[in-house]
Amino acid sequence: MVEETPWQQALRYANRANPYPFYEELRKTPVARQPDGTYVVSTYREIVALLHDPRVSSDPRKCPVPAVARAEGPGEPVAEPIREVLTEPNIITCDPPEHDRDRRMMMPHFAGPPHEPHLISDLEPDIRRIVDGLLDEMKGKTRIDAVDDFAYPLPVRVICKVLGVPLEDEPRFHHWIETALDALDFGPEAASEEIRRRQAGARQAVREFGQFAADLLDRYADQPGPGMLSALVNEDGPEGRMSKGVLASNALLLIFAGHETTVNLIAHSVLTLLRHPDALEKLRRRPELIVPGVEELLRFESSVQFWHTRSALEDIDIAGTTIPKGAPIFLAYGSANRDPERFTDPDALDLERRDNQHLGFSQGIHFCFGAPLARLEVQVAVGEFARRVENPRLVEDPPPYRHNQIFRGPRHVLVDIDGIRD
Amino acid sequence: MTLRATVAELVREFRASGRIVIVGASLAGLRAAETLRDEGFTGSLTIIGDEPYEPYDRPPLSKQVLKGWVPADHTKLPRMREVDADWRLGVAATGLDRATKQVRLANGELIPYDRLLIATGTRARQWPNPAEAALHGVHTIRSRDDAAQLQKELAEPPSRVLVIGAGFIGSEVASVCRELGIPVTVVERGAAPLVGALGGVIGEIAAQLQRDHGVDLRCGLGVSSLEGDPGGHVRRAHLSDGSAVDADVVVASLGSIRNVEWLEGSGLAAGFWGVGCDAGGRAFDINGVVTDSVYVAGDVARAPHVLYEYQFLAMEHWDNAVLGAETAAHNMVNLEPHYRPHLLLPGFWSGQFGVNIKSVGVPPFGDEIAFTQGSVAERRFAAAYGRRGRIVAAVTFDHGKWLEYYGKLIEQSGPFPPPPPGWDQPPDMKPMPAEFPDPRVPTAIPDVVLTGHAPSERTAEFRPRRH
Ligand SMILES: Cc1cc2nc3c(=O)[nH]c(=O)nc-3n(C[C@H](O)[C@H](O)[C@H](O)COP(=O)(O)OP(=O)(O)OC[C@H]3O[C@@H](n4cnc5c(N)ncnc54)[C@H](O)[C@@H]3O)c2cc1C
Repeated sequence: MVEETPWQQALRYANRANPYPFYEELRKTPVARQPDGTYVVSTYREIVALLHDPRVSSDPRKCPVPAVARAEGPGEPVAEPIREVLTEPNIITCDPPEHDRDRRMMMPHFAGPPHEPHLISDLEPDIRRIVDGLLDEMKGKTRIDAVDDFAYPLPVRVICKVLGVPLEDEPRFHHWIETALDALDFGPEAASEEIRRRQAGARQAVREFGQFAADLLDRYADQPGPGMLSALVNEDGPEGRMSKGVLASNALLLIFAGHETTVNLIAHSVLTLLRHPDALEKLRRRPELIVPGVEELLRFESSVQFWHTRSALEDIDIAGTTIPKGAPIFLAYGSANRDPERFTDPDALDLERRDNQHLGFSQGIHFCFGAPLARLEVQVAVGEFARRVENPRLVEDPPPYRHNQIFRGPRHVLVDIDGIRD
Repeated sequence: MTLRATVAELVREFRASGRIVIVGASLAGLRAAETLRDEGFTGSLTIIGDEPYEPYDRPPLSKQVLKGWVPADHTKLPRMREVDADWRLGVAATGLDRATKQVRLANGELIPYDRLLIATGTRARQWPNPAEAALHGVHTIRSRDDAAQLQKELAEPPSRVLVIGAGFIGSEVASVCRELGIPVTVVERGAAPLVGALGGVIGEIAAQLQRDHGVDLRCGLGVSSLEGDPGGHVRRAHLSDGSAVDADVVVASLGSIRNVEWLEGSGLAAGFWGVGCDAGGRAFDINGVVTDSVYVAGDVARAPHVLYEYQFLAMEHWDNAVLGAETAAHNMVNLEPHYRPHLLLPGFWSGQFGVNIKSVGVPPFGDEIAFTQGSVAERRFAAAYGRRGRIVAAVTFDHGKWLEYYGKLIEQSGPFPPPPPGWDQPPDMKPMPAEFPDPRVPTAIPDVVLTGHAPSERTAEFRPRRH
């Protein structure tokens, strides 16, 4: 058997709870060619350089090789079901000038400043209410699941409200998202029977999800309602309106990204703090540390571990390697955030870390669209968890992990508690 | 004790009980003070500033403050940490005696130091005719009070504002006027706005931008005099082509003068272009010998830059003040080999007419320009500056996220024109002359000055030849 590369090892399910030792090995070759022709970039400096390099494309239509791990050995290359079904671009899968224009159109309805400086901060009371409610519901319990009872419900309710997606539909799209994610694998296990089987289901799920988004947009076209989607369907900006297909694709992206990443971030934050009781205690004593603290948690357990849709449009010389024109590029944010060349003592959790410009939200033009909202949600959720939950103890370490490698996160985090403070 | 141990002991002792004086209580002064404490300096720290205010931020003055979004007294600089200093605000330093290591204050006091940081920045160049400059309604803008007063008058509003000088600050003032719906005339001696900082090609785009926003822009002209009414309020300006402009607010944006007069007689290499220093912020004396106890940072400093053929650069940029101050402060409490260089890639930003303009590197060091990304017609683009086949600077209009990329190329002395982007290519990427004014004719408003020596100022002592 051929020896696996550090990247392949990092992607094995068995290493999901702790890929960091493999990342450390991986960083010895900052730009590492994989057997399938993918170039994995794992060091901070090189990733930042590529994020700002206009010879790097984010548009899969320009990448001749499918940017997914190919199964070694016999059989068809494993395609990515989401991309196969979702043919219209969204802001994460296109390049300027389309990218810039579409993002500009969406921005005023979401990100707040400078168009609507209060849009995000005005959500804070709602976020607090939801978090308080979730913690109140734990009263009387001695064991909770920090994922199902806490991390999951908050972002879902918030994103539904912001976008204007009926909360009743949540179970449906939750199912579609889970099904699609479980079929997405970039590691050596991608070729397994199991993953192949899941692919079919995933295609179906994405198709249904796409139909759901299209129907919702149609409904808003007939009768405008609250939230960003309705606004995008009905309002003409100075640059016109997005086509329905592009809009549906972006709607899908936002529903998906709006809750998937934040769930994992809250879950990981709780998990990390329970593993570092000193930090938790410090946060309880100095609640103002939540702001730098969340940045550190974002660095420590990056919500998006890597991103997989970039490719080189020219030969690019970097770190002693040439990434050839046409090659798929994977940017390993989770590894860059632990790069000792950039962060002193990167494996230590330091809620007061200075100069903490992590890649938890990426950088450059594709910098996370939802970052301001995610920050606020996590700050409120984790801050309140630290303040109100009495004597929390991790039941199982490591907890069980979800299958997906990009949106890496625990499936459940069981916590024993003594009670909930007011 | 070994020599090394003695040196370590010296550094330790100085950090514990040395005396440091900072002159200039603004951006560079404050950041230096914070860094000193961060570096473990626990000795006595005195900060002298001639303004009565605690350190405040200047960039908002010509933007948010003039628009009326932020009151002028709400621009206090955030404190990164406690500095525990003896603040001497509202009193100017008037002299420096390096022999006795003392700073003289306007009130006659003498403040002793072991190490001194000069961070006195620049001041606005006033309208040259003092009687006309004293008319009501005639402004310059550098301080909090300047901005507060001008904001008040803009809020009235005036029937027309005249801006003299279309550098960054003048253009920002014009932009604010248009946003407030005030008619504005801009008179610029050069061929276009921003021409000194960004050259004629970009200047032409900036000119079009101003005209599209309704600015009455007149280039290649000077203002010869200002005329007041009997009440002493400015009413009219006469231009060099014989025409006149009626305006009741005039903003003279004529560039800056370095605050070095108080250093007269100190024997430091201080003059028109600022105080010369090495890349570590250590001041030079008039003979070009580096001092051990006097440091410089911010707008008033000028230092050789490795990327620009070791020419002395004076940079009037916010991040130069911050990073220069941090470096100087670090070096003040360390000794060789622990000195650090301040080799910043210059960078600047400005907001005007709804466009975010950013530059990196030193554009006037280049003589060619090539558009590399985006669309000039839409005024969202990136352009690179080159000199002899190397990239030396870049500018972006609403394309700031790409600056980092150009910065890297400049650091590596990458090729000019730079490699083409993979997408969003402008129709024409051919290099063309960047059209900077002749460097021997100083423009009023440079943002980075390439400061060669001025032979007329030569005060060095030459050593007689001995046979
Ligand atoms: C209106 C305006 C807008 C700007 N916008 C931008 C921008 O958008 N982007 C950007 O990069 N930069 C901008 N700048 C430039 C930036 O503000 C300066 O680079 C920065 O303030 C320099 O800091 P400094 O501490 O070196 O000097 P200064 O801020 O000038 O501070 C020097 C201080 O020393 C005091 N002083 C002088 N002489 C003496 C003395 N003898 N004794 C005691 N105290 C003395 C002065 O009164 C002053 O308080 C702008 C500047 C202005 C005025």
